[in-house]
Amino acid sequence: MKKINLDNAAASPLEPAVLEAMLPFFTEHFGNPSSGHELGNVPRKALEEARASVARLINAEPREIIFTASASEANNLAIKGLIAANRVKGNHIISSVVEHFSVLNQLKTLEKEGFAVTLLPVDQYGLVNPEQLDQAITDKTILVSIQAANPEIGTIQPLDDLVKVAESKGVPFHTDAAAAVGWTHLDAKKTGVALLSLAGDQFGGPKGSAALYVSKKTRIRPLIEGGIQERGLRAGTENVPILVGLGMAAKLAAETLAERVKKSSILRDQLKESLINNVPYLHLNGHPEQRLPHNLNFSVEFVEGEALLLRLNMAGIYVSSGSSCTSQALKSSHVLSAIGLPPELAQGSLLFTLGRQNSADEIPYITDQLNSVADLLRKMSPLYHQYLKEVQNNA
Amino acid sequence: MPDYSDKVMDHFSNPRNIGEINEPDGLGEVGNPVCGDMMKFTIKVKDNRIEDVKYLTFGCGAAIAVSSMVSEMAKGKTLEEALKISNKQVAEELGGLPGNKMHCSNLGADALHKAIEDYMEKQGVKAESALSIFGPFPADLGEVIS
Repeated sequence: MKKINLDNAAASPLEPAVLEAMLPFFTEHFGNPSSGHELGNVPRKALEEARASVARLINAEPREIIFTASASEANNLAIKGLIAANRVKGNHIISSVVEHFSVLNQLKTLEKEGFAVTLLPVDQYGLVNPEQLDQAITDKTILVSIQAANPEIGTIQPLDDLVKVAESKGVPFHTDAAAAVGWTHLDAKKTGVALLSLAGDQFGGPKGSAALYVSKKTRIRPLIEGGIQERGLRAGTENVPILVGLGMAAKLAAETLAERVKKSSILRDQLKESLINNVPYLHLNGHPEQRLPHNLNFSVEFVEGEALLLRLNMAGIYVSSGSSCTSQALKSSHVLSAIGLPPELAQGSLLFTLGRQNSADEIPYITDQLNSVADLLRKMSPLYHQYLKEVQNNA
Repeated sequence: MPDYSDKVMDHFSNPRNIGEINEPDGLGEVGNPVCGDMMKFTIKVKDNRIEDVKYLTFGCGAAIAVSSMVSEMAKGKTLEEALKISNKQVAEELGGLPGNKMHCSNLGADALHKAIEDYMEKQGVKAESALSIFGPFPADLGEVIS
């Protein structure tokens, strides 16, 4: 049976060159970068090369890159770290309702600790309005944190405009760019963000490889204190092989970004067209144009997402869903509810994220399978039967 | 993927008794799209036995498997026996359900009981008197969601 991974944001295989770059650092070059003897030399140099590669990918300086073990950690370091260093300046934080839980859950905690949090709403496509950001900023605002792109519905925020608003009022801006880096042209310097989180596993690097960009003029406090690794902002012996993998993935992404974006956009649009033209009752979620080149999110009317996911799994097609049944917390996606999607459509959502290994010749099989799976589940759906009756009655 | 038993996957992959009985003797609905699972059971009753049972289900793998299992368990049973089918028994017959699915998706017996109650009400027997006929309902009937 064919195996088609359409859940690349969850996990995708390493690029061969990335694995190759990593391997010697498990064995031959096992040394600790902090060592005074020569065993540390090659690892130390490799670590700094990786840092430079990551910096180049987002147009930053190497010393502005702090390695972390996940984008969730980077988001925590950004928000908690900035607040710890700027507590005297105010107690107000602005973010948005569609952020990742590694942002939203910290904000909930901070709220309990006495911080005031404003979560900006989004429109039907998931966009934050810069004017609303402008209105929300007060003289107590110490941080704005808004994602660069949404990992679920793929909507790309007007980051330049949002940062400009915050900058004009002297408020530092953090962006969770985990979904965007490696898939969009992001220029940290030009955009003017103070902090930016990225994740290597989103663009061909290994899991557990991530970083926080901290602009030169931004002061933060560490979450993990100890040694002076990562300029004292993240103590602990560096995970050299993983970070070398991140560096290589960043290097490859930087070299081929334009080509990747183009190739993936074309494939995404072909898949989108094929599905929309052949599978009835599909709704596209997220922005029709302003979206990540590898992201598609559909709601399949009248059916539930986990059942779709399991049926597609049986056909060797791997996808993700925002339905409550697929979440451990049994809550449907906060992003889909934020864009105003009715519950029955949120329950039937499917997330496709393309990767380097997907190709156009998979599209007919994906289309056929989704069509038959949706048809089968629709025929046993009380919502569909109710709809048919309504149509009949209106005729 | 949730940790579903082979039995759950079997009923999910080949659900039995799907559909809606025309002019049913009893109809029972539970759930709503907000919680993610909806079940609609219809029954045909003859000589105090469930002659036929069909369902429509909107929901996850567990919800579909539960519906299918309940339909198999109920078919041919007397109303009294069918009222004794509990959600817990259904889960057991399925070889267990993942913990987080026990409450949200395991509503099949509730929907069946509602269909039986509906039948009784149509027969002029109120639910309270059904109690006196059949004794107390299984405890989990009290958890039928609105």
